[in-house]
Amino acid sequence: MNSGLITVSYIAASILFILSLGGLSNQESARRGNLYGVIGMAIAIVFTLLAPKMGGFGILIPVMLIGGAVGAFVAARVEMTAMPQLVAGFHSFVGLAAVLVGVANYIDTSVHYASHVERVIHEAEIFVGVFIGGITFTGSIIAFGKLQGVITSKPLGLPGRHGVNFAMILFSVYLGSLFIGANPPHSQMLPLMIMTLISFVLGAHLVMAIGGADMPVVVSMLNSYSGWAAAATGFMLSNDVLIVVGSLVGSSGAILSYIMCRAMARSFISVILGGFGVEAGTVAASANTEQGTVTSITVDETATLLKESKSVIIIPGYGMAVAQAQHPVYEMTKFLRDRGCNVRFAIHPVAGRLPGHMNVLLAEAKVPYDIVLEMDEINHDFPTTDVAIVLGANDIVNPGAQDDPSSPIYGMPVLECWKAGTVIVSKRSMASGYSGVDNPLFYKENTRMLFGDAKKTVEAVLAAVKQA
Amino acid sequence: MKIGIPREIYPEEKRVAASPDSVKQLIKMGYQVVIESNAGAAAQFTDDSYKAAGAEIVPDAASLWGGVDMVVKVRPPMENPDSKQHEADLLGEGKNLISFLWPAQNKELMDRLAARKATVLAMDSVPRISRAQKLDALSSMANIAGYRAVLEAAHHFGRFFTGQITAAGRVPPAKIMVIGAGVAGLSAIGTAVAMGAVVRAFDTRPEVADQVKSMGAEFLMLSFEEDGTGEGGYAKVMSPEFIKAEMELFAQQAKEVDIIITTALIPGVRAPILITEEMVKSMKQGSVVVDLAAEQGGNTEGIEPGKVVVKHGVTLIGYTDLPSRLATQASNLYAQNICHLLKDMTKDGVFSVNMEDVVQRGTTVVNQGEVIWPPPKLPPPPAQPKKAPTPPPAHGHGKHGHSGPAEDPAETRRRLLTYMGLGGAVLALVGMSAPPAFLAHLTVFALSCFIGYMVIWNVTPALHTPLMSVTNAISGIIIIGAMVQMAAPSGTVVALAAIAALLAAINVAGGFLVTQRMLKMFRKE
Repeated sequence: MNSGLITVSYIAASILFILSLGGLSNQESARRGNLYGVIGMAIAIVFTLLAPKMGGFGILIPVMLIGGAVGAFVAARVEMTAMPQLVAGFHSFVGLAAVLVGVANYIDTSVHYASHVERVIHEAEIFVGVFIGGITFTGSIIAFGKLQGVITSKPLGLPGRHGVNFAMILFSVYLGSLFIGANPPHSQMLPLMIMTLISFVLGAHLVMAIGGADMPVVVSMLNSYSGWAAAATGFMLSNDVLIVVGSLVGSSGAILSYIMCRAMARSFISVILGGFGVEAGTVAASANTEQGTVTSITVDETATLLKESKSVIIIPGYGMAVAQAQHPVYEMTKFLRDRGCNVRFAIHPVAGRLPGHMNVLLAEAKVPYDIVLEMDEINHDFPTTDVAIVLGANDIVNPGAQDDPSSPIYGMPVLECWKAGTVIVSKRSMASGYSGVDNPLFYKENTRMLFGDAKKTVEAVLAAVKQA
Repeated sequence: MKIGIPREIYPEEKRVAASPDSVKQLIKMGYQVVIESNAGAAAQFTDDSYKAAGAEIVPDAASLWGGVDMVVKVRPPMENPDSKQHEADLLGEGKNLISFLWPAQNKELMDRLAARKATVLAMDSVPRISRAQKLDALSSMANIAGYRAVLEAAHHFGRFFTGQITAAGRVPPAKIMVIGAGVAGLSAIGTAVAMGAVVRAFDTRPEVADQVKSMGAEFLMLSFEEDGTGEGGYAKVMSPEFIKAEMELFAQQAKEVDIIITTALIPGVRAPILITEEMVKSMKQGSVVVDLAAEQGGNTEGIEPGKVVVKHGVTLIGYTDLPSRLATQASNLYAQNICHLLKDMTKDGVFSVNMEDVVQRGTTVVNQGEVIWPPPKLPPPPAQPKKAPTPPPAHGHGKHGHSGPAEDPAETRRRLLTYMGLGGAVLALVGMSAPPAFLAHLTVFALSCFIGYMVIWNVTPALHTPLMSVTNAISGIIIIGAMVQMAAPSGTVVALAAIAALLAAINVAGGFLVTQRMLKMFRKE
């Protein structure tokens, strides 16, 4: 097959990938978008296989089939609550693949350069691609571990960690100067290997320093990195489809990180450098000394209250995901809606551990997406709502973010649930949220605390509501 | 410990300090409850229902007061009009009493109780802080009074409240003005609005405007700036200029509205006159004024406490026992307030007064024979920070992300120019040294970044997780990089490329399939 045909197939694939992302702009077109992506990928792979100067099919085809089967198996089995881990895990594969392709490309001596400049550029591409790939690889593995609970989600605060990171980057730059364009070519292997190791350490260290609730930012940041790694590989192999896809994914991840950071009213830099929980701990004991008392509520009282309400807004948080409470929550929603009560869901941008995590969980429980609303869409409805139910969320409903300038999360946009008639907060205990900030919501007069595991509590309330 | 609930002896008082429900709760706390026969009759609580709740019934006041450790009632102790026996003297030596007491007005009663070595908790002296709201009986009663005030007004008013278009013609809605938006005022507003009236409300404290509006009434504004917020949630006395402006407003409103409900009280002072005889005269024939401050002298000129009188064709209602006129509800709420108070003061079934606790300290007016009223001043509640200027909400939830704080446009322009200059310089440098093939790739790269930027902003936040998994799948495109290296002569290269292809294949298949699985779940109702 001639190379012109390959090129146009790549153009077609690129267009399909762009359409694929475009399709995600709303729920109706999203499935078609995914299909575009599949077709684009199929075209790219098939035409590459048919390209001239290809070889090693005996290994390549079985390997791809095995990989595909493993991927399909994992995709079919994964729990929706485990999506964050899965995504993080997948990112690590892209990172490692970028490292391997980069190193392989360097070792491959069959490449010939037209000029010295070309060689320098090529080697710079390899170097950068491997570096980004390395960071993505270990960073994603650590993120996976934290999300899976294998590694503690507490931020690791080594003394002088910013200095350490900076030194590692500087040293990598120095290694780069040794590697790029050096003669004889054999002397390049050592700097490349050392740099790879450093990028591994750097990636792991960067993510270790970031705490559990900042994971939405971390995962989208790693998403971005995996894109840039692919783009760098594309430069290295002079392959435009890789560049296009890499930059699409790279900007996608970057935008998601930006959205997440904005939702927490924090700068990207401060999240990436980590250690948020540590700063907060010292400021937490702030302003209002008179906290007032916490009023608790029983399951039966909750049921009675819900039965008498005309409008209810449920605010899910990570606690709902942990307790797997989305199914009974929807059961209850359905029951109340059938009784004529307007039950809706309010989703904060950083609820959960992955952008859009709550939406996926609710969708899994068959909650129709038209009653799942974003913060900006629903925030002004709280004053006309009878009951707001906070389910395993904390910082995203903290009134301190609006009226207590000394609060570490001051300025963060929050769901104004306290404006509803009654707020029921389902929580395991009085422990403060991830940010370590005390939540004045719990002491408001119209707040009732419903202590217990989110799932068991919701099931009990559901039973009580149905009973009478 | 035995708690006794006597029958109220104040004329026409229908309330009682315990309900069958509260009796159950008290027993749960570890108390025994004794109730005077017929104590709850007027509030529709029969002796049998108390008995069923676990209380003991005694036939008369003497055996009740004498046989218990604590008496809980509604009205302050008083002399029985029939037997001429004063309730305070019935209270056993060193025992406890909980009731409304009004210590400021009842010095003599306080001394009398002190002489009995009693410990007395006054339900009217509960500090008005948010923690104590559940035991704030004044609020409970005010809520009822506001509700009842509207019903009394409706009863004496000759028209519908709600506007209607009937076959016989149009009925205009009743217009109501409520003065003072405290608990009673707000309750009156809510009730009147629910009945369909057009309600306006006035208060000297500007911060209640939102509460008034939230109840569905219009907040009457003075074009005069003065904050009337006083201590403990009450209003303070205003300046003469303010009062003049206020009176002009009332005079004008009096001509327009059909019903006026006044609730203006300032602690320790006679209630201010707000509705003058002139204003009453200017009201329409058949209008109604309900004065909730009648007991403290009234806000209305010519009001007669406890009575309904008609003057200048306007009905002036001066009932002072509005809560008692809704006896069941009032008794229920009062009994609940009592339960909350006792719950706080009971440790392992034993009643004790903790003088360190501001709520208990404030409520206790006589402690074992020693008058300790008034309590030391509470530190003023942390002044609500003047609504901190909330940062401008980032508008357009992610659809148009570039809001940012407003900047000096000149500054923005300068910065933009700097960036453009820098970018231009970098591009020029690259252009001069790099080979054309690289530049072609750079073009693709730059354009793709922009396409990505544009496309991603359109993704709905609800689909961010599918977005991540689909971008993940397509970043598996790196498989192509692995594939093209499979033909290399070196075995190491092939091995590395094969592993890369394996990993990327997992990504491609896994990413697309899990996205498909997720998207299938999103459904519309």
